[in-house]
Amino acid sequence: MRHLLNPLDFSVEETYALLDLASDIEKNPEKYSHVCAGKKLATLFYEPSTRTRLSFEAAMLNLGGSVLGFSSADSSSAAKGESVADTIRVISCYADIAAMRHHKEGAPMVASQYSQIPVINAGDGGHQHPTQTLTDLLTIRSLKGHLDGLTIGLCGDLKFGRTVHSLIEAMIRYPNVRFVLISPQELRVPSYIREDVLEAHNIPYEEVDNLDLAMPKLDILYMTRVQKERFFNEDDYIRLRDSYILDTKKMKLAKPDMFVLHPLPRVNEISVEVDSDARAAYFRQAQYGVYVRMALIMTLLGVKPSC
Amino acid sequence: MLNISGLKEGIVLDHIQAGKSLDVYYKLGLDKLDCQIAIIKNARSNKMGRKDIIKIEGLTPDTIDLEILGYIDHNITVNIVHNQTIVEKKRLRLPKKITNVIQCRNPRCITSIEQELPHIFCLTDVEREIYRCIYCEEKYSKKTK
Repeated sequence: MRHLLNPLDFSVEETYALLDLASDIEKNPEKYSHVCAGKKLATLFYEPSTRTRLSFEAAMLNLGGSVLGFSSADSSSAAKGESVADTIRVISCYADIAAMRHHKEGAPMVASQYSQIPVINAGDGGHQHPTQTLTDLLTIRSLKGHLDGLTIGLCGDLKFGRTVHSLIEAMIRYPNVRFVLISPQELRVPSYIREDVLEAHNIPYEEVDNLDLAMPKLDILYMTRVQKERFFNEDDYIRLRDSYILDTKKMKLAKPDMFVLHPLPRVNEISVEVDSDARAAYFRQAQYGVYVRMALIMTLLGVKPSC
Repeated sequence: MLNISGLKEGIVLDHIQAGKSLDVYYKLGLDKLDCQIAIIKNARSNKMGRKDIIKIEGLTPDTIDLEILGYIDHNITVNIVHNQTIVEKKRLRLPKKITNVIQCRNPRCITSIEQELPHIFCLTDVEREIYRCIYCEEKYSKKTK
């Protein structure tokens, strides 16, 4: 039985197979509309999450399956002190597959050790969020046609953003990928990403603080939010926050076939005027998130379309 | 020089880093045994300058957790003594996995709220002696301890 706890749990080949399936689902949704009939997905969300939970639920419903679960720890037995291990043992009797979000890091892994059904990590604290990474990979491959040979700009909070770290770790597995890391000094990627991931694998990268200068080089711009609470000095925050607002003026500096991604929610780091630019792909990214979760559910359940 | 008689049957833990013998003694659970144990601290050593030694009378090697000992210090030599002669020298290595030897200190780790979970760490970098919590991947480096 397979689980998905970390974005790198699937090999490059397995990831390609998953993305191929997701792309086929996108093209032929009706072919998959009943493949999970009679199957149930349990969404075990110990902390609130609108997009991820609804994306999982939409994915299972699109496959003809059903959904049950809870959307906060208060409405689960965790409020009574039940352990993750006991909860998943019980849920294994009710459902065929589970997606778990937990504020504590490693909770889905604990669940996987006691579970009789596949467990998907739907985000565990600041640790991993593998289905977001798979969503990002599917979005990039769908928009660009390939994952290799791309220059990927990551902009904003690169220090605390788990989606950024996971995306870097996932993308270095494809040849000739380079990174432009655009952030204030205070929010650069942690040393383990620089040393253990980028430098250890001889991946070309540059760290810059000017988004305008980086724009013309990029094939993908992955925006993240600069969070006020990360700064000690309010003036620094205001100065840096304003340098990372993506607007139409900055978009004019980009290649015509560059795409902008964002894990969402967006606050003010992408101006709403950019939404109408054909290169703004962050809402399509949310749609790809449903396709990739459909493919993941099918893969972990081992179900295939009948024809 | 301090004279401590040799063992007839038992185990000698040699080349313990000076000052670490009590750490080894407690972590191996030797305090719970009722056999004779000699702890020699700051013994002169050509190789190490100073070293600690633990001699355990009557103990067989299978009663010592070599994985824990390897984690504490893989440079320790385990001498098996039979009929007053060293019949085997066991070399230690860093264990790939350790359970309930160190505690995860990450307050965001699931082990921080579920106390019954075993604290399991895996060796992820042999050269830098880095272990990571299997749940949250929190780093624990022996060299910076």
